[in-house]
Amino acid sequence: MQFPILTLITFLPVLGMIIVLLLPKDNKRAIQATTAIATGLQVILAIVIWMVFDTAKTGINDVASMQFVERLPWIVIPSTPWFGEIRIEYFLGIDGLSMPMVLLTALICFLATFSSFSIKKSLKGYFAMFLLLDTGMMGVFVSLDMFLFYVFWEVMLLPMYFLIGIWGGPRREYAAIKFFIYTLAGSVLLLLVMIGLYFSTTDPQTGMHTFNMIAMMDPANVTTGIFATIGSSARMLAFVGLFIGFAIKVPIFPFHTWLPDAHVEAPTAISVILAGVLLKMGAYGLLRISFPIFPEMTHYFQIPMMILGFVNIVYGALCAMAQTDFKKLIAYSSVSHMGYVLLGMAALNVQGMTGAVFQMFNHGTITAMLFLLVGVLYDRAHTRGLNEFGGVYNKMPVYSFLTVIAFFAAIGLPSMSGFISEAFVFLGAFQTNKLWTILSTLGIVLGAGYMLWTFQRVFMGTLPEKWDDVLTDVNGRELFTLVPLAVIIIALGVYPSPALNWMSTSLGHLVEFVNANAAPVLFGGF
Amino acid sequence: MTADTLLTLTLIILFLPLFSFALLLAFGKRLPRKGDAIATGLMFLNLGLAVAVLFGVYALPETPAIHGFAQTPIQMNFKWIDFKTTIEVFGNTIPLQIELGLLIDRLVAIMLVVVTLITALVHLFSIGYMHGDPKYHRFFAYLGIFAFSMLGIVVTNNLLMMYAAWELVGLSSYLLIGFWYEKPAPGYAATKAFLMNRVGDIGMWIGIMILFVSYGTFRFDLIFAHIAAGNLPFGSDAWLTAAGILLFMGAIGKSAQFPLHTWLPDAMEGPTPVSALIHAATMVAAGVYLVARTFPLMSGDALLVIASIGTITAFVAATIAIVQNDIKKVLAYSTVSQLGYMILALGVGAFTAGFFHLVTHAMFKACLFLGSGSVIHAMHHGLHKIHDHDTDAQDIRNMGGLAKKMPVTFATFLIATLAISGVPLFSGFLSKDEILAGAWAFGSLQGQLAVLVPYVGFGVAALTAFYMFRLVILTFFGEPKRPDIHQHMHESPATMTIPIIVLASLSIWIFYSFNPFSGPSGWFVTSLPAPTTVTGSNWYPFAHGDLTHGDVTHGDVMPGDVMPGDVTDEAVAQGVEDRTAAVGQGSVVTANPSQEAFEHRVHESHLPAMIASLILALSGIAVAFGVYKRKMIDTDRLVEKTGPLYRFLLNKWYFDEIYEKWVVLPGVHLIARMMHWFDSRIVDGAVNGVATITMLQSRMSGLFDKWVVDGAVNGVAYAAGFFGIVLKKSQTGRIQAYIAFLLAGVVILFYVFR
Repeated sequence: MQFPILTLITFLPVLGMIIVLLLPKDNKRAIQATTAIATGLQVILAIVIWMVFDTAKTGINDVASMQFVERLPWIVIPSTPWFGEIRIEYFLGIDGLSMPMVLLTALICFLATFSSFSIKKSLKGYFAMFLLLDTGMMGVFVSLDMFLFYVFWEVMLLPMYFLIGIWGGPRREYAAIKFFIYTLAGSVLLLLVMIGLYFSTTDPQTGMHTFNMIAMMDPANVTTGIFATIGSSARMLAFVGLFIGFAIKVPIFPFHTWLPDAHVEAPTAISVILAGVLLKMGAYGLLRISFPIFPEMTHYFQIPMMILGFVNIVYGALCAMAQTDFKKLIAYSSVSHMGYVLLGMAALNVQGMTGAVFQMFNHGTITAMLFLLVGVLYDRAHTRGLNEFGGVYNKMPVYSFLTVIAFFAAIGLPSMSGFISEAFVFLGAFQTNKLWTILSTLGIVLGAGYMLWTFQRVFMGTLPEKWDDVLTDVNGRELFTLVPLAVIIIALGVYPSPALNWMSTSLGHLVEFVNANAAPVLFGGF
Repeated sequence: MTADTLLTLTLIILFLPLFSFALLLAFGKRLPRKGDAIATGLMFLNLGLAVAVLFGVYALPETPAIHGFAQTPIQMNFKWIDFKTTIEVFGNTIPLQIELGLLIDRLVAIMLVVVTLITALVHLFSIGYMHGDPKYHRFFAYLGIFAFSMLGIVVTNNLLMMYAAWELVGLSSYLLIGFWYEKPAPGYAATKAFLMNRVGDIGMWIGIMILFVSYGTFRFDLIFAHIAAGNLPFGSDAWLTAAGILLFMGAIGKSAQFPLHTWLPDAMEGPTPVSALIHAATMVAAGVYLVARTFPLMSGDALLVIASIGTITAFVAATIAIVQNDIKKVLAYSTVSQLGYMILALGVGAFTAGFFHLVTHAMFKACLFLGSGSVIHAMHHGLHKIHDHDTDAQDIRNMGGLAKKMPVTFATFLIATLAISGVPLFSGFLSKDEILAGAWAFGSLQGQLAVLVPYVGFGVAALTAFYMFRLVILTFFGEPKRPDIHQHMHESPATMTIPIIVLASLSIWIFYSFNPFSGPSGWFVTSLPAPTTVTGSNWYPFAHGDLTHGDVTHGDVMPGDVMPGDVTDEAVAQGVEDRTAAVGQGSVVTANPSQEAFEHRVHESHLPAMIASLILALSGIAVAFGVYKRKMIDTDRLVEKTGPLYRFLLNKWYFDEIYEKWVVLPGVHLIARMMHWFDSRIVDGAVNGVATITMLQSRMSGLFDKWVVDGAVNGVAYAAGFFGIVLKKSQTGRIQAYIAFLLAGVVILFYVFR
């Protein structure tokens, strides 16, 4: 058996958490250092994975071309009435779809660690929760067994709840409960579909039911149970249920309202993780589970999904324009930017799909940078009111320069990574449906509108006197978190091929697979 | 020079300004003289290289035309992105990948020289003009990134890179307009400029999407090849026309055409060298360049839209320029009007004329702007001396009589004004005459409403001469209106006057044609014939069977046309040279009969157009002298008499007010606020509503649980307890009693189950 690198990268933070819990409460340095080392090692492992990763392998529905596979029986209950033998595997592996997400998760968690150093209240609990959250997120992206996927999906909820609810802003409890219950409601749908899929899927090797997601993708294995009839209403309900479950995470209109609340109340580092990684889990779930397991429904709902993508883009941008809270504005801009992801994946062609996954990655880096920037200002001024500032540029030139980069990246300026992904999303979507793509291009102007208007209000003009002593330019620690993101954004904007190479084979295969399994949708057939 | 040398030089030209940007941004403060000398030196080096490229390109032997343009362009491509999959394009399976590349032909070579020349001169000028500014090094850095982006637009061979450079130009323009962001107006103007440009860019991007989705490539030559082969986007003429118009929308934004022209006058809030470089000579010309580059794919209907927009713009802006009092605003509206001319020219099919005017206009308008910068600089100096901080340094009503104080500025300004007014011996005369001849030919061939195009064109020529001389007279002639300022004013330093002198010299005819009355005989026009359209019968239907070619209808194969499917996949993958070999001379598009008919008519229209334009220009000048020098008409009374019209023009046709009141406020802010309300009340309200209902229900369940369910449980317990209390009396411990109970029980059961 090969070196279990995926297990290591997933559970390293838990190891860190145990050490943090063993450390004395007031040893601030040691706690911070442990977290930094844990997440730092995670980045190193992610880089190793990136180096070893074979971009020519397809993955998706093919176990043989999954990489770094680890497969062990995990929960085996020999024989129970009704269920028969229950067999849940500890099944990890990555392909071109999950690899960028693994890299992103490691990177964002590492940077968020340093951003968390400004936390003062009960450090020990904070960093323990932080590390547990890290494990949950990483686990979601590496599991190939749906039960395991679900476990990680839920594991991540709990620390997030506490991180917002304890270390958040004034309305933290409301936001934390809203986040928790909303996401849990989505999880219920996920759970129901998962159980249905379990009873419908037979593992060809063992002849028993399985939670193996790859087995679920092959229609030949789905022969019993309620999901056996391709195109049946049961499958339609399952697809819609899963879609809602994942849509809550993305978030897709109208399931997005937990996001602005959670973002505004969460501490900076948690906002960074929320936007940088957590939102990707929903889109990842759609691509990993919904699309290949229900390809005919994916086709059936293609245009509705594109319309939702359009709504996200334009509606999110318009809502962003009306905000007066800096953080809330960025939160709504996330809604808008995730709309591109949905639009691109619904296009069901290589350009659109590549654009969508690349947009997931880019949104992770760009929005993380935006939240870090807001955090810098908030740490100094203790307010995020857009109208309370002005003339920050001359007072904080380095900070403002970095903001220019982040803002224009968010606007989709060429030479920044966001442009590439948005361009591909549009090119792919246009091929599929002209009308909704053309309408979605409104986002090009609206996005520039709220960003530049914000820039004008906060950075241009003259500085109100009250900020004269308060605002100081970014310090070394903040630079350390911001500069890597800026470098990645520009590097991938100028030469995106390395990143696109990670994903192109797998996504091409995913598109081919989904299109090849398109089938007419019948009603009835429960 | 070989093709490789030219490509290398062009790459150096492209990246030197970027280097300058990075260097000055990172180390600007620590460099000697804050890096201005390095930046300026690099730009002059760039100019030298560009001139070398120009000569190199013109020394190349003429090769047969491929898809429109007169020579085979030199190209270089590299694979930027590979999706590792294939797509189907008109029966061919081609790899789905995206190439970036360079293109060099005469058009590019000339643009390179124009852009690098003006950039270099503006750098030199800025050393004097921006002296002492706290962000001095940053200004030069921004000029560098602007030059890089602008050169990117020029040298690219594909639409994607053009769009990318296009947006970067938008960014640099944003940074430069908003350079003095401490004041509210520049920040606002910068945002406005970027956003209005983006509105146009939406259209351009949709146009690019149409072409890419249809042809699987962004490259100009391959797109032209496909269209020439009869492969229309989505198989319809309408989509081809739409693609053309949509691409042109980008030009509407960038070249400040009606109805998106209002950002340009506001952009004058930027430092004056920026106005000269970006908002007069280069960036705004990018739109014209875009149309020129994509000219072969513009169908007749698309060109008609282009011509109409150009005509409207030329007229509207000229009328506004007449009444403005801010020296830079007059020049700004004049720029808008002249850009309208160029667009008009391209729209009517007079490609060479439009591009010619772009070049001549770049020289004389940069000269005018830098001249105005010199004046404003002197005014600031004067105002500073008398400690006046309220007077507007740009208002021509505070000037007058500057000719003696600033002789160099005056002389150069006058030369440039003569050029823009279309007076013989100056460059503007040559190019404007070309445009008017083209418009005339178009009007007479097209008939009906199209005759408005030449009429408006001639009218605008007269207006231009009038308002430009009004500006010169009010600024430089007569008595100083503010002697207190005037006495402290003096000529600008050499770093500022040298650029103006160079630009003024380049406004003289000799650089473009030896014969001062004939543009078409000069090297410029002869070396840049209009590219052949690839749209076939979708072009203007000028040829009414009077040419031997006969009418071409769509679907008919013209001699030399490429058949659909001839564009093979190897050819698409390997580039022009290979494709030429693969499809042979077949890819050379023969002349379009309509275009020939047009060229023929232009030739005939030259003389009458020239005479008419000359008369109109001279009368415009004469009226200006009559009104403002001789004071034959009392302007104040004229203003009173024409009150509403005057205010209408002074307020720029109320475009800004209309946009502000009808588009920005209700369209954007109101909708945004409504959406926000909807989001927080309805969408989130629903979420919270569900939560509230759930809580209510849970409270009811709680009550039910407490009183009914738990009540029942407790009731049972109470009952049990009660009976316990009652029955415990029977627990006596005496066996006899128990046996008696037992017997009684047995008897009862016996009777029950009997």
